[in-house]
Amino acid sequence: MENFIQLTISGIASGAILALVALGFVLIFKSSDVINFAQGEFLMVGGYMTYVMLAWVGLPWFIGVPIAILLSAAIGVAIEQGILRHMIGEPIISVIMVTVGVSILLRAILGLIFGNAPLAFPDFVPNYPVNVLGARVGVDKLLAILFSLLLFGALTIFFRRSSEGIAMRAVADDQQAAMSMGISIKKVWAVAWAIAGMTAAVGGTLLAAIIGGVGLDIAHIGLIVFPVVILGGLDSIPGAVVGGLVVGLLQSYAGGYLPPQLGLSEVAPFVVLVLILLVKPYGLFGTTRIERV
Amino acid sequence: MLQLNNIEVIYSDVVLVLKGLSLEVPKGKIVALLGSNGAGKSTTLKAISGLLKPEDGEVTDGDVLWNGQSIKHLDAADVVRKGIFQVMEGRRVFKHLTVEENLRAGNYTSGGNWYAEELPRVFSYFPRLKDRFGQTAGYLSGGEQQMLAISRALMARPEMIMLDEPSLGLAPLLVEDIFRNIKRINSERGTTILLVEQNARLAMEVADYVYIMESGRVVLSGSPAQLNANADVREFYLGLNEVGKRKSYREVKHYKRRKRWLS
Repeated sequence: MENFIQLTISGIASGAILALVALGFVLIFKSSDVINFAQGEFLMVGGYMTYVMLAWVGLPWFIGVPIAILLSAAIGVAIEQGILRHMIGEPIISVIMVTVGVSILLRAILGLIFGNAPLAFPDFVPNYPVNVLGARVGVDKLLAILFSLLLFGALTIFFRRSSEGIAMRAVADDQQAAMSMGISIKKVWAVAWAIAGMTAAVGGTLLAAIIGGVGLDIAHIGLIVFPVVILGGLDSIPGAVVGGLVVGLLQSYAGGYLPPQLGLSEVAPFVVLVLILLVKPYGLFGTTRIERV
Repeated sequence: MLQLNNIEVIYSDVVLVLKGLSLEVPKGKIVALLGSNGAGKSTTLKAISGLLKPEDGEVTDGDVLWNGQSIKHLDAADVVRKGIFQVMEGRRVFKHLTVEENLRAGNYTSGGNWYAEELPRVFSYFPRLKDRFGQTAGYLSGGEQQMLAISRALMARPEMIMLDEPSLGLAPLLVEDIFRNIKRINSERGTTILLVEQNARLAMEVADYVYIMESGRVVLSGSPAQLNANADVREFYLGLNEVGKRKSYREVKHYKRRKRWLS
């Protein structure tokens, strides 16, 4: 039982981080139809930004982390304005290849600056164990869950209540009609990339804090983002959250209960992905076309 | 006051759709633009609203003047801020958003400033939307979607609304209700209206001035009374012959009389 609770909580924690990364991916796809293969690298950039702020500049975490998040959002906007804006109207496969290029570029630049070896992350998140339902669980994982929840709550309010959020959903729904309302598509794209950079930075920081180090390999989480978003439906924000949790839990249980030499924790999400797509081809929450009857 | 001076529109650098079209929409009036399918009516509206660019169309000649200022190079978003709002053909409500969110999207350019003030006015024209306020717009009936599309325009408080076939696919009673409200919006709020229609009879009833287009040009224009007296208009747009009788299929050779105003 104790093992189960530990696995569940660490599954939810990594699922919440996955969901954050997936959320940025879904936002970009929804508003501009771009499939961003550099989403995992955004997470890595966010982790390194926090590292720079805390270890190099020496700021306390409550100032350094928000600055790192803002910087990551700015990098997201810069990539959109500097690179992807010029790709408007190009074939979708070219746009995808450009995002693959961006991911390689980001990795190379960070490797150049920080070296290829992982760096020890400053110890700013407490990680002593606490007792949850009789199981000992690291408090860092609980904090990761808490911060992800807060961010999701804030974003939900943004999309439901603010006029900028409604404008973003309007663009996702019918781009030309949104333009006829005076909504600037370019601004919406910039906001989508900013939010993607921001959520990835939060995810990257939480992940680095849990692992205790930041390295180029945390970008590999970008691979797991695909089962997450496809599972939830490519264009659904609640889908990203549920998909993230499902994949996080699956990885955690598969790693904990199945023989480790099989290495199933990496494979399990993909197996479940295939099974779900057989039943629901648009993913669990993918947009169904509205047909009036 | 909107003036189109001799505009020419080309799509994808090859397809010439508007071939020197001129028209004038005086402030506070309802002007109707009639014509058969493919005459270029919707293109005319898009040339004004700036929605041509995403479709790879371009105003290559002539000028679009809004209160004396050229707006032909403005983005759609800037045109809305200048006070011109296009209600697109086929309603185009945001299907996955609620009625409320659709209205707020219409209110976007004002940053939500007039939302509380405008909402009761919108409901005074279309009370049905009040009952549907929290519902997903995609599940509204066609008539309700058209009401929502017009209301969305009202939320932006434009000086001029351009309506692209508001009667499309609606039952006759609903169409009359919508036209009554268009007339009301014009007289109560002083909103200038440029109306594109296939339903010539209804459009002539509400309009102050009518333009008839054919293959990218204006071929006839005048007040509804003048056009009503024109034999060709009566025959081809209103389906009537001489003494106000309905056209009969027995007069088989009528197609021989069909002529082009310009060739």
